[in-house]
Amino acid sequence: MAASLDVNGKTVSVEAEPDTPLLWVLRDELGLTGTKFGCGLAQCGACTVHVNGDPVRSCVTPIAALSGAKITTIEGLGGAHPLQQAWVRLDVPQCGYCQSGQIMSAAALLAATKSPSDEDIDAAMGGNICRCGAYQRIRAAIKEAATSAAAPVVAAPPAAKEAEVEAAVDEAVAAAAGATSRVQRGEVR
Amino acid sequence: MNKLAGREGFSRREVVVGAVVVGGALSVGCSPADLMSAGSKVEVGAFGPFIRFEPDGFVTVISKHIEFGQGNHAGLAAIVAEELDADWTKVRVEQSPANAKLYGNGALGAQLTGGSSAISNSWEQLRKAGAGARAMFVEAAANRWNVPAGEIVVKDGVLTHASGKSAAFADLMADAAKATPPANPTLKDPKTFTLIGTDRVRRKDAQAKSDGTARYTQDVHLPEMLTAMVAHAPKFGAKVESFDADAARKVAGVVDVFEIPTGVAVTARSTWAARLGREALDVRWDEAKAEKRGSAEIAAAFRDLATGKGPADQKWESFGAKGDAGQAAGGSDAFEAVYEFPYLAHATMEPMNCVAIVDGNHVRLVHGSQGQTLDQLNAAKIVGTLPGSVEIETLFAGGSFGRRATFTSDYVAECVHVAKKVGGGKPVKLVWTREDDMRAGHYRPLVAHAVRVTLDKDGMPATWRHRIVSQSIMKDSPMPSKGVDQTAVEGASDSPYLKATPVVDAQVAFPEVGVPVLWWRSVGATHTAFVMEHTIDQLARKAGKDPVEYRRALYAKAGANRHLAALDLAVEKAGVTAATGWTRGVAVHESFGSVVAQVAEVKLVDGAPRVGRVVTAIDCGTAVSPDQIAAQMEGGTCYGLSAALYGQITLTDGAVDQSNFDTYRVLRIGEAPSVETHIVPSVAPPSGVGEPGTPVIAPAVANALLALSGQATAKLPFVRSA
Repeated sequence: MAASLDVNGKTVSVEAEPDTPLLWVLRDELGLTGTKFGCGLAQCGACTVHVNGDPVRSCVTPIAALSGAKITTIEGLGGAHPLQQAWVRLDVPQCGYCQSGQIMSAAALLAATKSPSDEDIDAAMGGNICRCGAYQRIRAAIKEAATSAAAPVVAAPPAAKEAEVEAAVDEAVAAAAGATSRVQRGEVR
Repeated sequence: MNKLAGREGFSRREVVVGAVVVGGALSVGCSPADLMSAGSKVEVGAFGPFIRFEPDGFVTVISKHIEFGQGNHAGLAAIVAEELDADWTKVRVEQSPANAKLYGNGALGAQLTGGSSAISNSWEQLRKAGAGARAMFVEAAANRWNVPAGEIVVKDGVLTHASGKSAAFADLMADAAKATPPANPTLKDPKTFTLIGTDRVRRKDAQAKSDGTARYTQDVHLPEMLTAMVAHAPKFGAKVESFDADAARKVAGVVDVFEIPTGVAVTARSTWAARLGREALDVRWDEAKAEKRGSAEIAAAFRDLATGKGPADQKWESFGAKGDAGQAAGGSDAFEAVYEFPYLAHATMEPMNCVAIVDGNHVRLVHGSQGQTLDQLNAAKIVGTLPGSVEIETLFAGGSFGRRATFTSDYVAECVHVAKKVGGGKPVKLVWTREDDMRAGHYRPLVAHAVRVTLDKDGMPATWRHRIVSQSIMKDSPMPSKGVDQTAVEGASDSPYLKATPVVDAQVAFPEVGVPVLWWRSVGATHTAFVMEHTIDQLARKAGKDPVEYRRALYAKAGANRHLAALDLAVEKAGVTAATGWTRGVAVHESFGSVVAQVAEVKLVDGAPRVGRVVTAIDCGTAVSPDQIAAQMEGGTCYGLSAALYGQITLTDGAVDQSNFDTYRVLRIGEAPSVETHIVPSVAPPSGVGEPGTPVIAPAVANALLALSGQATAKLPFVRSA
């Protein structure tokens, strides 16, 4: 059946049963594959997205619970979020599969806590597993992003990146409308 | 072989013969490359199979190795860029197609990423590739400018001449492509390296892996693609007896349900539908030939064997014999210890998966292929074609740690079976859930060691008796090793401690167990490093000596200079004392050609070890990418510590008890140590980095606990919940 969702600032209509986990709607229906499947049990955090700004494990969140909620995925972060810049600067990712979830959890942390302590990081990031063990760089990158985010020069996202967010959302809408997105065609890597 | 190339179909018999030839060729050490690449359609450009110059000024380095976290793409690209004098900011990395002839691992023959060999086996090959291409550009510029080649300077992708002439790679690439590739290009003097060994060598995939655009198998969507899940037997070796698919077929989105060799497959139009369809299946299993023992029974049998209480007809193989074996069994006041290690799951973040397209005899695989040659061979056998004609697009993989290279290509073969049944060129994505992944075996083997050591009057080992009991990983290999399966004894057989001991009697037994086993990051060292390093600390204690000094004396006796240098560097960088409240443990181990020494600071929190600062020294030969080496030491330490603290797969009556991260606990951020990495200066060729950082932390922690409490550790993991 059709359901309406607000994903990355756009309203999209999807064909899915109400008990379908958001993860599979994002990935299979909307082509937003940045959000990953890791465990299906809210144990690993690879599927973390924001629902009204809160970090949520999309693998156990049925879309029925999301009517009217604002959903943000890694694609909605724009690519140049201070956390993403810090992740690149410090070469945080190894295999990279968990990093969308790590960054979404970290983004929610920084939104609530401007200068997180080690304990804040442990608490906020404890639900996100990294089997490559990039934890020490994840911690360092969160601290670096917290510092750089406080500086006005990078606090505002660059305009070009806003356009990229728009493009990502357009992709989702196009996919929902039945069109084949670039992701689905395998052109985006 | 050439006459076979281009043929579309092959009889079953030809393929079986081909498989035997491949196996035979591998076993006598010949390259199977000709056969494996027959039918291949790879086009090689003017600059060889590893380098392509782009009109936009970029240089594309083609990697024969998969990138699943180890950072090898950065290192491989840096080797080419160094010899080429390319602009590092204009270097891209692309994954090669499957072709053992062009892209075989120099250390293994087959195209396979493993054994921490990506950089080491590519070192000469890619230096020559880079230097050769550079020479072609110099020749082109010399001809165009009519100046001597020796007067041309290349820097950051630009060729210049003192006359003021200048051209970028992109300007000259058409001319350079016509130059003759030199057979033996001159390589740089390593002292003149400007990129290799610097922190400028960074990952090329960090942005894509931070913004969600990096493409993994799980992310592949193709037109008309079906998603498949397979109901697997609850016990290893069980088969489908019968099944009722009525309810599964009624699930919206389910397309078909059918039996394949590994279970019952459900194909569907979405992942969720496939999952619901599989849940609705009712399968009866024939367990007549299944392994029905529990892990406690298997462990008890292994311990009995190791301690001489097992069946007398058990076959034993020697992995070290010096002097009179009777002496190793005799003597008084011997140190004796028995160690036990559990099955371990790799538990990669991305569960196993694969995309396969089968259209008649044509197979195309799209997945994170670790062993392309194995995957080609296994897919070809199922479909009835030549291995080389199986196309593979290798994607990033969400971790492997050894899991994605199996002799049977287990989950890849499963996907090919499903895609063959679907047929018609329709893409099939096989998705394993976390539970499928964790219960599919291919574990680090359960292992028991029994060690008996007597000391001489100076407290140094005089006799060393060693028994290892493990399942054999190489047993099912098409590349059977001559003699002992080294994957079970490496790290013990080549230990400097055994070298320094006058009398050695070391033997290994490989009982048959029906649980599939596999290499797991650092392979034999996952247990041998623990046994050797924790035993040495206990021997030092028995001899009344400082464990670091004791090691130094043994390394001197064994001529283990690299061990000594790594130990000295780690100890020096650690400083004189541990932080208040923390106790230090030291361990040193060589694996994959590299020596790693660690000084770990440990304390007990609620009775469980907590690891803080870990000072690491590594001798890995020439350090191509220091920052990636540090990353591998950080990550490898976490991987080893996760297993040491919590990792264990157990079985009850043959069924795996764990299923997900709630029951298979892994290290989380609050438990992660702070790892400092120091690299021993070296001009030797590069050696392994991906695995050597993993096996050292567990004995370092055990040694710290020994110093803290006087208690030795005989069994891992450290934390075993009831």
